[in-house]
Amino acid sequence: MIEIKDVHFTYPTGVEALKGVSLSIRNGEFVAVMGQNGAGKTTLVKQFNGLLKPTKGDVLVDGVNTRDISVAQLARKVGFVFQNPDHQLFSETVEEEVAFALKNFGFKQDTIERRITWALNLLNLTEYRKTSPFMLSGGERKRVALASVLAWNPKVVILDEPTIGQDHRQKETLRQFIVQLNAQGKTVVIVTHDVEFVAECNPRVVLMTQGQIVADGEAKRILTNPNIALKASIVSPQITQIFQGLTDLGLPTDVIDVSEAKKILIEYLEEERGKR
Amino acid sequence: MTIIETKSLSYTYPGGTKPSIRDVSLTIEKGEFVILTGPSGCGKTTLCRCFNGLIPHFYAGQLEGELAVAGLKVSEHPISEMAQRVGLVFQNPENQLFALSVEKDVAFGLENLGKPRDEIRKRVDWALQTTGIEELRERAPHELSGGQQQRVAIACVLAMQPDIMVFDEPTSFLDPLGAQKIFEVINELNKKLGITVILVEHRLDLASKYADHVVIMENGKILLNGKPKEIFNSETARLIGVGIPKATRLWQMLQENGVKLDGVPTSSDEATQLLREVLKT
Repeated sequence: MIEIKDVHFTYPTGVEALKGVSLSIRNGEFVAVMGQNGAGKTTLVKQFNGLLKPTKGDVLVDGVNTRDISVAQLARKVGFVFQNPDHQLFSETVEEEVAFALKNFGFKQDTIERRITWALNLLNLTEYRKTSPFMLSGGERKRVALASVLAWNPKVVILDEPTIGQDHRQKETLRQFIVQLNAQGKTVVIVTHDVEFVAECNPRVVLMTQGQIVADGEAKRILTNPNIALKASIVSPQITQIFQGLTDLGLPTDVIDVSEAKKILIEYLEEERGKR
Repeated sequence: MTIIETKSLSYTYPGGTKPSIRDVSLTIEKGEFVILTGPSGCGKTTLCRCFNGLIPHFYAGQLEGELAVAGLKVSEHPISEMAQRVGLVFQNPENQLFALSVEKDVAFGLENLGKPRDEIRKRVDWALQTTGIEELRERAPHELSGGQQQRVAIACVLAMQPDIMVFDEPTSFLDPLGAQKIFEVINELNKKLGITVILVEHRLDLASKYADHVVIMENGKILLNGKPKEIFNSETARLIGVGIPKATRLWQMLQENGVKLDGVPTSSDEATQLLREVLKT
């Protein structure tokens, strides 16, 4: 779906944010881009929808080079939800906000109506249809931003730091929502620092540091590797830390999920009891 | 010694139809490290705005009940006076920093209070040193990384030498290692200087090990108030969807399966230790 070939990117200020990145994301994958502040995560995902074009190298989205297509055309395929919803929202009502892109894409009025109803319902925003986005809480504004992107049904959804400012319950809702989107065949890319959130979702993790990809693979493998984690300013999930403190008892070191942790410990205890 | 005491405190924002905090009675002792948490919109930030007088002096609205901070009745003392007792550090340092150099930003509050030049210099030096950013003195705040900016924001508040510092989700824009460093700075201010810390936080996995008092709010009310171990282990905390530390959650799940463990872990180190004892015997 997205193919990145040896991409370099330098901002006009001279900051070299990407230094030779190659990456391939298949249709229907769920990918978390992680890494320290300033590692180039947001710069990388902005290449996916053509907001930024590589200084050197190529980005292909659904087989088309982002240099040969306008951002508007690309946006139809790749929806981008910004870290700060206030960088995205501007309309007087939630309804108009969601309608905006649909109108721009030239959808018919009755389709627009249907899509708005669908997206607001999906994100539990129906009661705010006529409300100004700026009257809503930070978490709700994030959901409006997401609704406005999902309304035009892009194949790829990019979420930049979706868990910031969300409480535990909202994160759980978001997690279920992402899993659901992904199950419907959408390619989902999130940019995040939230190690515990990633541990609960278990996506493919692409880890960046200083403009380069330093690791790429299953969350379980990446988050539990102390060398990789340290290099990218990642603190291992709490469950991993607990298990890594018990390696001398023969317990595995690559556990990230609390339910899995429980299962392993119960089995260990039963086995020990059986020995006696 | 009690440093913050609220009795039946309720507050409604101007134009609001219902109170944002309701009947809050809370006592915080001097030198405590308090974590204040609860679902979004539960009134955490509103309560913090009461502590330094932003409510009612800046926000107006309807305040009822009693509130004393550092022995002062907040409603009777202006923000300028309360700000010297209670410092507020926000989520996003960009909302707080504005000067052309770190040094000037840190000196700003003191200049406003009309402190003598020598004292300003001394306090700025001290604040930069304590937060570990002396080498950033001449740099422009907007050129710094998120973690560095947050340290500058902390230094600005620290320079006022407050008795109480309130941190409103100070690490949500930082990567985990950056967040951990900020929590360590906050912990030092608390343990070494005896500053009373109130930390508003959702990410309890990283912060809970430093706290000795946890307050959970819901719908403007205080729902739970006590020692971290009791609070994180309560059924109520889990049911309202507070993100209790995974170490505590694992311990609960093991208990449910009939595994007996002494004590309640709130950090990975504690959990490792407790598990070690159980697994070895």
